[in-house]
Amino acid sequence: MQHGKYRFIVGFLALPLGLYALFVVWPFIQSIYYSFTDWTGLSPEFKMVGLDNYRRMLDDEIFWKSLQHSLMFAVVLPLVTISLALFFAFMINVGGRRRKGGPVISGVRGSSFYKIVYFFPQVLSIAIVALLFAFAYNPDSGAINSLLRGIGLDSVQPLWLGDPGLALWCVMAVLVWSTVGFFVVLFSAGMASIPADLYEAALLDGAGRAATFFRITLPLLWDTVQSGWVYMGILALGAESFAVVQIMTTGPGGPDYSTTVMVLYVYQKAFRDGQAAYATTIGVALLVVTLAFAALVMRLGRRERLEY
Amino acid sequence: MKTTETPAPVPAESGVPVAKTDAPARPPRRADKEGTTLNVFSHGVLVIWAILVVMPLLWAVMTSFKDDSAIFGSPWSLPDRLHFDNWSRAWTEANMSDYFLNTVLVVGGSLIGTLVLGSMAAYVLARFDFPGNRFIYFLFIGGMSFPIMLALVPLFYVVNNMGLLNTIHGLILVYIAYSLPFTVFFLTAFFRTLPTSVAEAAFVDGASHSRTFFQIMLPMAKPGLISVGIFNFLGQWNQYMLPTVLNTDPDKRVLTQGLVQLAVSQGYKGDWSGLFAGLVMAMLPVLAAYIVFQRQVVQGLTAGALK
Repeated sequence: MQHGKYRFIVGFLALPLGLYALFVVWPFIQSIYYSFTDWTGLSPEFKMVGLDNYRRMLDDEIFWKSLQHSLMFAVVLPLVTISLALFFAFMINVGGRRRKGGPVISGVRGSSFYKIVYFFPQVLSIAIVALLFAFAYNPDSGAINSLLRGIGLDSVQPLWLGDPGLALWCVMAVLVWSTVGFFVVLFSAGMASIPADLYEAALLDGAGRAATFFRITLPLLWDTVQSGWVYMGILALGAESFAVVQIMTTGPGGPDYSTTVMVLYVYQKAFRDGQAAYATTIGVALLVVTLAFAALVMRLGRRERLEY
Repeated sequence: MKTTETPAPVPAESGVPVAKTDAPARPPRRADKEGTTLNVFSHGVLVIWAILVVMPLLWAVMTSFKDDSAIFGSPWSLPDRLHFDNWSRAWTEANMSDYFLNTVLVVGGSLIGTLVLGSMAAYVLARFDFPGNRFIYFLFIGGMSFPIMLALVPLFYVVNNMGLLNTIHGLILVYIAYSLPFTVFFLTAFFRTLPTSVAEAAFVDGASHSRTFFQIMLPMAKPGLISVGIFNFLGQWNQYMLPTVLNTDPDKRVLTQGLVQLAVSQGYKGDWSGLFAGLVMAMLPVLAAYIVFQRQVVQGLTAGALK
């Protein structure tokens, strides 16, 4: 097996690794370096400025707003999405009526239908979803307000995305809408692999549905929930929040910076304001937040692994 | 995965291969009543969410057949007649046809490149021992948790200096590079599960390493390639952030970008019905493909998170 092994290894790794190093690894290293310079991005000249960018960042009110919003995205979104998804998945898989002679645990009728439908938003681009909801939220002619008028709630006509107090919640609701289905399917798969004997034993002991959920389903699903949490958090800090905030809110960034998030602020500083070095500084802060978030979830969620 | 649509006396959800015909004991009586209310309640909640998911999509389809005044005047009314002209206007005048073509080219090229390069790297990392193996593996994996936007600032200038900015092939190379972390992660795990004996036999028979890979290992890895291929296809087809930064030439726009630009420019042109037709046009092929390949898509998208 040794003959020509290293030539083969090098030959197979060179292209993928080279491409990855050039377009992913190298830019990451560069951007950390640039955060200590005064590079504008417009001219090739720059000089080292030490920690100036970081000092500026700490005094930047908009940066703090964007950090606050990003943190909200990372905490609230997974919490809401995963709770809803766990609830739906439990209903779909365990909430069914017990039939005579049937299995002790059964899903509701049409469980596969629900799973197919719930998954729809997941296959659509977040950009398309964001556009669609931007129309739905339109205060004058949008679908939501005219629905409210239709059911006689003429006095309740929020500005939605135009209201600084409401805009962020509107944006988050769209992300919840589009990601719940993914987790329902993910958790359903996890629940399907929990042995029925455990449920049978719990029922024999007289456990109700709630107890069954908290004592059996959730602990045995914990690993999946945890990795789902990290996955959702990384998305909410990065690409997904960029798309929805950039597309849906005015500015972009919302009225009075009420929806701006870190990833959007990086983009604006670099490609709108010509402050590439400062943009990478905020990017480094975003990197720190992302890694800290992942580490925190993994640590807080650490439990003894349950074998079954 | 299995679903319980049929009330067969088999615990299909349990994943236990042996069918249990009888539950060991009947559950307590009082549970029956609880079961009924719970059943109504759970169905109610599930139906409400299904409506919440489907309604915006149906609303978009309906709106794409209305004219502008109806869109703004009465968002919920049915179209007076089916305005198919919205669709033809979107396809030709609003350049949807160009956006589709660009997207197909970019995604086609990146998908093939991602699968070929990703499986090559993953195979070597999974099957060969050499100094630096773990390091390279973690280098790839690390890319999954880093915020891409941070790299995009310098990347813009890297791509620009190479003369690849605003080109289809430049975008393809970047898509491949950013798809590699997950692809390598997934396929490395997959190659590890494949039996070694077949490859060894081929090698004893005189096949070279690369021939063994292309003629024996790749066909064996087909299920894994399909899963990761679907994952990457959807990710690349729906990609918005990368083209927004690296592809600013109006003629090279991909679908997501094109639609967003279309929405922005409607402030001046005011062809909202055409825009809705464009949105639905972009939605339908993906939804249709999902409904046809439902099982594979779900497996492909959830496979990574379950590992």
